[in-house]
Amino acid sequence: MRPKIHRAPIAVASALLLGVFATACSTEDPTDGDTGSDNTSETSESPDASESPEEGGEQEWFDQAVYDEQYEQRSATFEGDPETPYLQYIDGEMTDTADYKSNKPGKACFANASIGNPWRQTGWITMNQQLKDLQDKGVISEMETRDAGDDDNTQIADIDYFISEGNCDAFIISPNSTAAMTDAVERACETGKPVVVFDRGVQTDCATTFIHPIGGFAWGIDTAEFLVDNLEEGDKVVALRILPGVDVLEQRWAAAEKIFDENGIEAVDFFTGADPTEIKTFITDELNKGEIQGVWMDAGDGAVAAIEAFQDFGADLPVMTGEDEMSFLRKWEETGLTGLAPVYSNFQWRTPLLALEKIWAGEEVPKEWVLPQTPITEDERADYIEANDGMPDGHYAKFGGEDLVGYPEVWQERQIP
Amino acid sequence: MSATTTTAAPGRSLPATEGSLVQRALRGAVTPGGAVFILVAILFLAVVAANPSFGEPPQLIRFIGRTAPIAIAAMGQYYVIVSGEFDLSMGAVIATQVVIAGNYIGQDEGRVLPALVLMVAIGAVVGLVNGLGTTLLKVPSFIVTLGTMLALGGLVRFLTGGAATGNPVDSFREIGRGGIQDVPVLEVLPYPVIILVVIMIGGVLLMRSPFGRTIVATGDNPDAAGLAGAHVWWVKTRAFMLSSLSATVAGILLVGYAGVHPSVGSGYEFTAITAVVLGGVVLGGGRGWLLSAAAGAFALELLFSFLNFQEVESTWRPTVQGVIIILAVAAAGRAWSFGRRPSRTSPPAAPAPPSTPARPGTETGEN
Amino acid sequence: MSATAAKVPETEESVRRRRAARPKDAKRRLGSTALIYLVLAGVVVASVVLTAVEGRNFFSQGNIWAVLTAMSVLGLIAIGQTLVILVGSLDLSVPYVVSLATVIAAGGMKGLDGNIPAALVNTLAVCAVIGLVMGLLVSVLHVHGFIASLGIGLIVSGYLGTNYQGSHGSAAPDLRLLGRSGIAGWIPTAFLIMLAGAVLVTLMLRYTRLGHHLYAIGGNREVARMSGVRTVMPVVAAHVLCSVLAGVAALLLLSRTGVGSPTIGSQGRYDLLSIAAVVLGGTLLAGGKGSVIGTIGGVAIFAVLDNVMGVMQVNPFLKDFVRGLVIVLAVAVYARRSVVRRPPRFGATRTVLPGSSTQQESA
Repeated sequence: MRPKIHRAPIAVASALLLGVFATACSTEDPTDGDTGSDNTSETSESPDASESPEEGGEQEWFDQAVYDEQYEQRSATFEGDPETPYLQYIDGEMTDTADYKSNKPGKACFANASIGNPWRQTGWITMNQQLKDLQDKGVISEMETRDAGDDDNTQIADIDYFISEGNCDAFIISPNSTAAMTDAVERACETGKPVVVFDRGVQTDCATTFIHPIGGFAWGIDTAEFLVDNLEEGDKVVALRILPGVDVLEQRWAAAEKIFDENGIEAVDFFTGADPTEIKTFITDELNKGEIQGVWMDAGDGAVAAIEAFQDFGADLPVMTGEDEMSFLRKWEETGLTGLAPVYSNFQWRTPLLALEKIWAGEEVPKEWVLPQTPITEDERADYIEANDGMPDGHYAKFGGEDLVGYPEVWQERQIP
Repeated sequence: MSATTTTAAPGRSLPATEGSLVQRALRGAVTPGGAVFILVAILFLAVVAANPSFGEPPQLIRFIGRTAPIAIAAMGQYYVIVSGEFDLSMGAVIATQVVIAGNYIGQDEGRVLPALVLMVAIGAVVGLVNGLGTTLLKVPSFIVTLGTMLALGGLVRFLTGGAATGNPVDSFREIGRGGIQDVPVLEVLPYPVIILVVIMIGGVLLMRSPFGRTIVATGDNPDAAGLAGAHVWWVKTRAFMLSSLSATVAGILLVGYAGVHPSVGSGYEFTAITAVVLGGVVLGGGRGWLLSAAAGAFALELLFSFLNFQEVESTWRPTVQGVIIILAVAAAGRAWSFGRRPSRTSPPAAPAPPSTPARPGTETGEN
Repeated sequence: MSATAAKVPETEESVRRRRAARPKDAKRRLGSTALIYLVLAGVVVASVVLTAVEGRNFFSQGNIWAVLTAMSVLGLIAIGQTLVILVGSLDLSVPYVVSLATVIAAGGMKGLDGNIPAALVNTLAVCAVIGLVMGLLVSVLHVHGFIASLGIGLIVSGYLGTNYQGSHGSAAPDLRLLGRSGIAGWIPTAFLIMLAGAVLVTLMLRYTRLGHHLYAIGGNREVARMSGVRTVMPVVAAHVLCSVLAGVAALLLLSRTGVGSPTIGSQGRYDLLSIAAVVLGGTLLAGGKGSVIGTIGGVAIFAVLDNVMGVMQVNPFLKDFVRGLVIVLAVAVYARRSVVRRPPRFGATRTVLPGSSTQQESA
């Protein structure tokens, strides 16, 4: 009953396999300009130094040098008008953009990591209103967007698609993850068109400008110092973290953990996935074990659930840091707890398009565009709540779009473009 | 049960109902469906040992209250699994209900009742779609409910811009968050506990009714059930509707407990299936008890609390969960086939067949 | 209609019935696959039109490259998933196996070409072991594939979450080159690798004993066992092959990203999408019937769909809605036909006349 193994199909398959190896080794890279030569800058002796350890194991997120730098930047002077914080920057190396000067409106191609959380959704709405403004002024003709749905592989494909099919006059990239997107961003740079990277960065500085608020360490410093100031040595803080491995979030915790350690605060951290059910469960279990004096969050999503957990348990409300999400600000006001709202400057979503305006006008832009990142304190809270009355709970107070067309309805209705 | 299959003479009892309550309980305890209760007891003792204050009535009743949503979802999933299918759309149904609560009710108290009616209606419709897709379109339930999960979830997020506006009015959230105050010993009797008990009683009565028996029969052998006069398509559709309605109730409780948030309920279907499987219910249908599914949910939550109290890193939780469910199912598979005679020609863990007449097992003369 | 013991000459009716029974089987079998490629053709036509409306050409170099690239990773995983589903099991652990494979491979290579062989062997070996464990759970301990793979997936995910907090390691330059290379800028090498995998697996299914046993066990495990087929090895082999193919897919991902990532598998939702592609391609979820060619068709449908939705800048939330709808409707198109009409092999609905030629056909 043994079936005969047909030779011909096996031969075909082997030929295909050989063909695969042949093409892999010898054909040109379609996105390279040169044919045949390996013109990538990779040598065989340069493993990724800063991100990945040589031996297997945990990646260390704490970087003393960057920590110190961000510590200083928190009190740095920013160039520009505080009324337009999305245009402010810390003085430093500038990129000369005279080559990009153009008189006609250009097409922007935006590779977005995703709109998968309220912070990104708010920013995306703001960005689109900013786009309308610049289209009216004749700076930008259109912006084509490809959404990667939080997937590295998809975003790499998106950038490659833009390069080959997009007819882009400029690239805007909000990378999904730092290391994985590096090669793709470099390919975009190689097209010779301006490349604007914002939010999470990449491991190359080929971009025309890299826009971001001060950074994760600054967040961690602001929040941890606030908690330390309001608590005593030996007090317990529960740290609610969303996900492991996201650099902007890991840096926040790395800094906070260090400060908690140095000041004798007992901190225990949990990964919650921003799920309010998980948050409540963790906190309730921890309250069962003993008192909790403080709550630290690496992002404000789910802050309300944390506060409610204390209320349901009947425990005293903790000292707490959340974020400038309206749900937290409102609950903070309602309960009167001691709190701080750090921000990740949602208005940074305006800056890439404004940067394009400058670039196409030939004005120089900062090589690394550091935006201000100032937490909302209890004194300022009331103003922000009033200004954003009528906005949904998932809206972010520092969205920076008050002067844009469509304010406030577009953000209130929260229709995703 | 290895009894001779003589026709029961009047007044003669069936072997399954013979013996005193204690004897029957002991017999039941040996089956996987019964063993899960023992597991719950062991885990409970372990948690209390790790953290004595957990055993105090106020904390305990609050724990039961916060486990109520997943227990109700597990019971809903039970109906579907025991009838031989899967329901992967629970998370999307919960997300839909959460959004309705947040956006439709808002701060308007007058809308609470209409919203509840709307939620129940939507739950029923989703269940209907799942059921008809599986039985009339003959698409495997795995695929139909996967499609519902993607389509419903995507539609809801599209219509709301990714998140609901905000929390609904407090009176609505009281259902999931509040309780009867000033109860002796317990301090507060959370409403979710009451709702859970009501649903459990209702479910047990349902499973003892002809419909309940028919669900199990349909899962065991759809063709025989069909030949015996059951409308298989309607039985399965109702099972799906029960599942979606259970997800709706869980969603209402979760809105109260956790508030409105896009990630509320995500992954619920897999947790529910895990709980059902822990409860000894066989994937592929035909075996298992309703309350064991709820007990499985409690076992899972106790396990997670135990890990929390033991300070196990939260990143290891999935690993523990994975090990437990494999062990539970492997043991259950052995136990179910052990306790029956004659042994089935296909193993109890046979892959879930699609709900079609051409089921492989029945074609080979095993009738 | 019961069979009579007396010898009867073949009546017209029985001749008609006999002829009706046999060709239906063959036609339906071809029908599923042909049908899915018809659906694919329809989707392509719609995409060409919609792409043209956006002012672009569907058949341009960049677009075809994008579609074929999108098919490579999911395609390899779906081929493995086909094997597992054919044998009556499931593999929900693929996202985590893929993530694990990327971190092991990248960690092993450390950016040096010289490390490639060792890293490759390590990675695929780990994948094979994971597949082995799952296969044994399913075949020896009789744990349902859904649970076995869900459990293993959770175990791996916990390991990844605890030990890897971000990108890890670095791909060797040669691997990165492979990720960007192709034929004349039209056909990516990754796609060719996926095709080669598809061809090899199809050959294995059609012409080897293992392949036939996979179908037999998937069709009815007990009958297969009683026919002398060892039911443990083929199931284990199917799971091992599935996990190894997931490992190869991970290497393709690594060639594109350049670093290992503990979350890249979950980002792509490869578990549910691969199962959807397999079922879309005409494979029965219960096992015993299906083909890799059909699966590739299903993967192609998803890739073209994603491509056109991207060009049209469809709202990301709506994309899931469309995907869900397409999955259910496309499967519904032939689910009824392929299952209901499949003639029973030993059923009582056909007259079996002792000594007549109808008996020989059913073997």
